[in-house]
Amino acid sequence: MAKFEPVLLKNLGVEGSRTLKVYRSRGGYAAAEKVIKEMTPDTVIESVKASGLRGRGGAGFPAGMKWSFLPPERKVTYFCINADESEPGTYCNRVLMENDPHQLLEGILIAGFATKTTVAYIYMRVEFHEQFHIMQTALDEAYKAGLFGKKIFGTDLSMECYIHRGAGAYVCGEETGLIESLEGKRGWPRIKPPFPAIEGVFQKPTVVNNVETLCCLPHIFERGVDWFKSIGTENSTGPKLYTISGPVKRPSCFEAPLGITCRDLIFGDDFGQGMLDGRKVKGCIPGGLSVGVLTEAELDCKLDFDDVRNYGLLGLGTAGAIVIPDDADIRQVLANIARFYSSESCGQCTQCREGTNWMYKIALRIALGAGRISDLDLIENITNNMGMMPGLSICGLPDGAAFPIRTIVQKFRGEFEDHIRRQDPGYTKTVLKRLNPAVYELPVLGRRPESLVGQPE
Amino acid sequence: MAWESIDRRTPVFAEDAEPVLSEGVKQKIRAFFDRYETKRAALLPALHVVQNTYGHVSYQAMSEIAELLEIPPSAVLDTLTFYTHFWDHPKGRKVIVACRSLSCQLMGSEAVLKTLKEELEIDEHGTTEDGQYSLLTEECLAQCDDAPCLLIDEKMHKRIKPESVKKLLSDAKNNEIGDHRSDLFDPPSEPAADTNGEIEKTSDVQEMKES
Repeated sequence: MAKFEPVLLKNLGVEGSRTLKVYRSRGGYAAAEKVIKEMTPDTVIESVKASGLRGRGGAGFPAGMKWSFLPPERKVTYFCINADESEPGTYCNRVLMENDPHQLLEGILIAGFATKTTVAYIYMRVEFHEQFHIMQTALDEAYKAGLFGKKIFGTDLSMECYIHRGAGAYVCGEETGLIESLEGKRGWPRIKPPFPAIEGVFQKPTVVNNVETLCCLPHIFERGVDWFKSIGTENSTGPKLYTISGPVKRPSCFEAPLGITCRDLIFGDDFGQGMLDGRKVKGCIPGGLSVGVLTEAELDCKLDFDDVRNYGLLGLGTAGAIVIPDDADIRQVLANIARFYSSESCGQCTQCREGTNWMYKIALRIALGAGRISDLDLIENITNNMGMMPGLSICGLPDGAAFPIRTIVQKFRGEFEDHIRRQDPGYTKTVLKRLNPAVYELPVLGRRPESLVGQPE
Repeated sequence: MAWESIDRRTPVFAEDAEPVLSEGVKQKIRAFFDRYETKRAALLPALHVVQNTYGHVSYQAMSEIAELLEIPPSAVLDTLTFYTHFWDHPKGRKVIVACRSLSCQLMGSEAVLKTLKEELEIDEHGTTEDGQYSLLTEECLAQCDDAPCLLIDEKMHKRIKPESVKKLLSDAKNNEIGDHRSDLFDPPSEPAADTNGEIEKTSDVQEMKES
């Protein structure tokens, strides 16, 4: 495979890449100027549709399609840029904003023009302190140069852009949760429909797009739709940022056409360069925590929007791979994953609030050495009974919890059973007492209540 | 499992408490109003400014924010308690947020956290006796390539090893990031704190007018 020339990361490592001057000298804002002066919003949407650009935020929904859902007769349109990157293992948006803030701003200009946006909000998670200062400095610079505000490029177009900082909630990365949070409320996802395109921020038509999706836009218009379609696979076009973390030799952010395999990503010379200290791969979570896990034998899975589904995964997600080495205790991995979802569940839907919590309790019990074989069936049962896919929840968080936990229990079941069989029975009881003392302090009933007599214990 | 990440002590609410928010802070909050359609939408920025200025958001501050934003105080409390980044209790001068998510755990964040607790002699959510540090753990900080990582105020520290924790904590400037910062959410620069004579004069004039 010929070495891929980076597109989204082309300014990575260039001195002063955060400044407008350097960005412009490398051809920046030319695409936005061309689009705004020569095209109409409808032709822009058609081009984006034709390019096959799919949302990079995780779901892979076609970006042009999303924009065309906006009602034609509208006075105000809001545009939200989702920079609330909180998925464990994912940091490509951070790299983009750190190194090339103006690329994102150019993308916002193009998308804003296509959707007739009046105000764009960049919703950035609060832990991005340095990134906030970088983006705000870039935004101030862009305002000074007349790229935002009134009469952009001397045309009648006017658009405001503000950065809104979140406050530490994973669920605000969900588009309606983000909208609620932007309105100054708890970040509770809304029931859909109405979709944000009809009623979003302040009950006005709204589009929510990921940072990386928008960063692709300037390049589509600079180099043409056909160039964009020539990269990647048939249904997953364009370059994608892959990130890799865990014990690999070169954990970093890489750009590649969609459709490289997971094995390439870990062992490829251009990518992860293999494992640290001679360790082996036990498994790999290929696309942010929520998609599920691949075993060592399944590493030839192609990382695009479709092939991952053949391996029982939720989807490509954010393409942030976490490599699990062979010396990691799989029980600890499960407990960590379960803890993440139980602490980040927003608490609106009962089966998510309780289900993630119970899964954490069970996983913790297994991790501490007090598991039972039946726990594995129980945890699998819970994952099948929560989430949007069985039609039980408002947002996709419980699905995101179900997939990694279910796949890890299914694919590593033998290992879990080994651990459980080797447990010391006496120790099990002490752990259970420590985990849930209340059970052991309850008064023992003399006899069972009458309503329960005759039923199995 | 929100109790793991949120301080659940009930804050004290004194009815005759002195007003907390200074005019400068209010001015900063008002500057956010024209960004949004509703005043309530300025709540998150307002809470950020107040917390950055006073270290935490007290009940008195909440009711004053409510007055400013023309919403019920309960709405402020409702929003504040949802987010892990806002606290209604005073914390240490510097707040350490350690990442505990999967990538960091695989690279040894648990050992780092243990060393931190031993060095500072506190547990999670604790504050050191001299009030210098508070320790929190949070989920992924999106710095997985440099795991394990931790955040001290605004500064991200990467690839922490248990051996390097002591040196890190003794560094007085471990919470400062470089220049190029925006003061949008920073505490207001109060005229009284400024040594510029001209500004002092104007505040004198204002006082005379008020009296």
